[in-house]
Amino acid sequence: MGQIKGKVWIFGDDIDTDAIIPARYLNVSVPSELALHCMEDADPSFSGKVSRGDVIVAGSNFGCGSSREHAPLAIKEAGIACVIAKNFARIFYRNAINIGLPILESEEASAFLKEGQIVEINLEKGEITESSSGRIFSAVPFPPFMQEIISAGGLINFIKDGQ
Amino acid sequence: MGQTMTEKILAKAAGKKKVYPGELINAKVDMALGNDITAPVAINEFNKIGVEKVFDQERIALIPDHFTPNKDIQSAEQAKLVREFARRQKIVHYYEVGRMGIEHALLPELGLALPGELIIGADSHTCTYGALGTFATGVGSTDLAAVMATGELWFKVPPTIRIVFEGRLPPWTSGKDLILYTIGQLGTDGARYAALEFTGPVIAGLGMDGRFSISNMAIEAGAKAGLIPPDDTTARYLQGRAKRPYEAVLGDEDAAVQQEFRWNVDEMEPQVSVPFSPANARPVSRVAGTKIDQVVIGSCTNGRIEDLRQAAALLKGRRIHSRVRLIVIPATQAIYLQALREGLLEIFIEAEAAVSTPTCGPCLGGHMGILAEGEVAVATTNRNFKGRMGHPQSQVYLAGPAVAAASALAGEIIHPRELGEVN
Repeated sequence: MGQIKGKVWIFGDDIDTDAIIPARYLNVSVPSELALHCMEDADPSFSGKVSRGDVIVAGSNFGCGSSREHAPLAIKEAGIACVIAKNFARIFYRNAINIGLPILESEEASAFLKEGQIVEINLEKGEITESSSGRIFSAVPFPPFMQEIISAGGLINFIKDGQ
Repeated sequence: MGQTMTEKILAKAAGKKKVYPGELINAKVDMALGNDITAPVAINEFNKIGVEKVFDQERIALIPDHFTPNKDIQSAEQAKLVREFARRQKIVHYYEVGRMGIEHALLPELGLALPGELIIGADSHTCTYGALGTFATGVGSTDLAAVMATGELWFKVPPTIRIVFEGRLPPWTSGKDLILYTIGQLGTDGARYAALEFTGPVIAGLGMDGRFSISNMAIEAGAKAGLIPPDDTTARYLQGRAKRPYEAVLGDEDAAVQQEFRWNVDEMEPQVSVPFSPANARPVSRVAGTKIDQVVIGSCTNGRIEDLRQAAALLKGRRIHSRVRLIVIPATQAIYLQALREGLLEIFIEAEAAVSTPTCGPCLGGHMGILAEGEVAVATTNRNFKGRMGHPQSQVYLAGPAVAAASALAGEIIHPRELGEVN
């Protein structure tokens, strides 16, 4: 996992999986096609303006609703390098770790960061730095077991490594 | 200090004497489930692991129910991928169109979800089986792939939030009203990461169908599971149905819970959750008069025989409002056939409803009743997020079967007791 530096896109509380990737696009599971509709029902123009390496910053309960792994897949494939939220819905949290989409829980960062700001993120340390002010936010650290899955690059690699 | 149902079930599955909230465990899974949307992703991940065979051909259920009967070529390709995998792997519990049902109605009906078991499904409404005293939880496709390969998965032991319903359910209310009320009280993340446990005299008096509606929507409060202690009603339901021997698990009376709520339901009105959150629960009289275009009665929440009976009791001998489209979707083939034999389908068709083969269809905006811009629906389904049933500028009001049927007749949201004045 390298250093992340990207532009912040702000979303509110309770961003559900239907907003992240509407079910009308779930008749395919190819990530590149899902990415075209990423966040479409929350911000229809999102997939056209996001750049590789950008960061989503949201409020509480991000990813609530369905279990569709297509949601973190669409976000990852759209180029989002990390999702920061006050907290995540349970299944989305698992799915993101399992597919290797970096996520961080930070109430402070979620409250402070504004759209368009540039953040630098050190995933190993769980540190988020807002570039212009230099302000640093700490994310809630992952338990060691989950850190192992993340380090392996997701659950499938973790299982393969264990075999 | 005793243990909750959740802790006991998870301890057993992990081969431990005791587990504690917050503990990370590796546990054996009794049954794993996927559908036509989530299984294709899981199969792809399964193939990457490099094992030849699934861990147990009898403990995996693959049920194409979301976009089936296939709504377009791409859906057909997804369903084909699942079908071919099921054949190659000799999956015992693969259910094709014509034999299938909505997964969370079908598995209990077939006796494949049992008290004391640990079940995972790549579908968020897997928590439905909690109604049988099963610890059942929704996961993603990669988790399903891992279980298909190894039969095991990691879990964080959740704390328990207990909901005790006291009093008597008033006329026109059902399990759906209890769960909408609960989500309204807790909010969409009020039970995040926790296991909900529903108990008390009102639950004890409910039949299985009402209980399934309750456990089904535990996820809408963010919960990991929604359990109901198994009792005589559970045992009767499972008699002649259970496909495996099982051991019912009850929590200890002195078990520590994170929170407990006691609510008296004597004065509870039928509940309606207004757009765009299941947590926006209101007494129906607060939203009465809202004009509607469509009503959907069905889904893994409310497509069971009791739900259809409640709707039919109101629709009998009447015709729905000329402005309204009513779509009724029995959740499984067996329910469909029973509704036919009981004369319910005749009532629906004479009321000018469209009756469909089992499918999740409109609930998630898949097919069989998509809403256009500006349209408003009352649905017995489980989510009313923006765009859930179609156009992002459409709206869904969630309700139980009685309010849904009454509103179809009135052309607007109405308390079923007001119906006499309509026709």
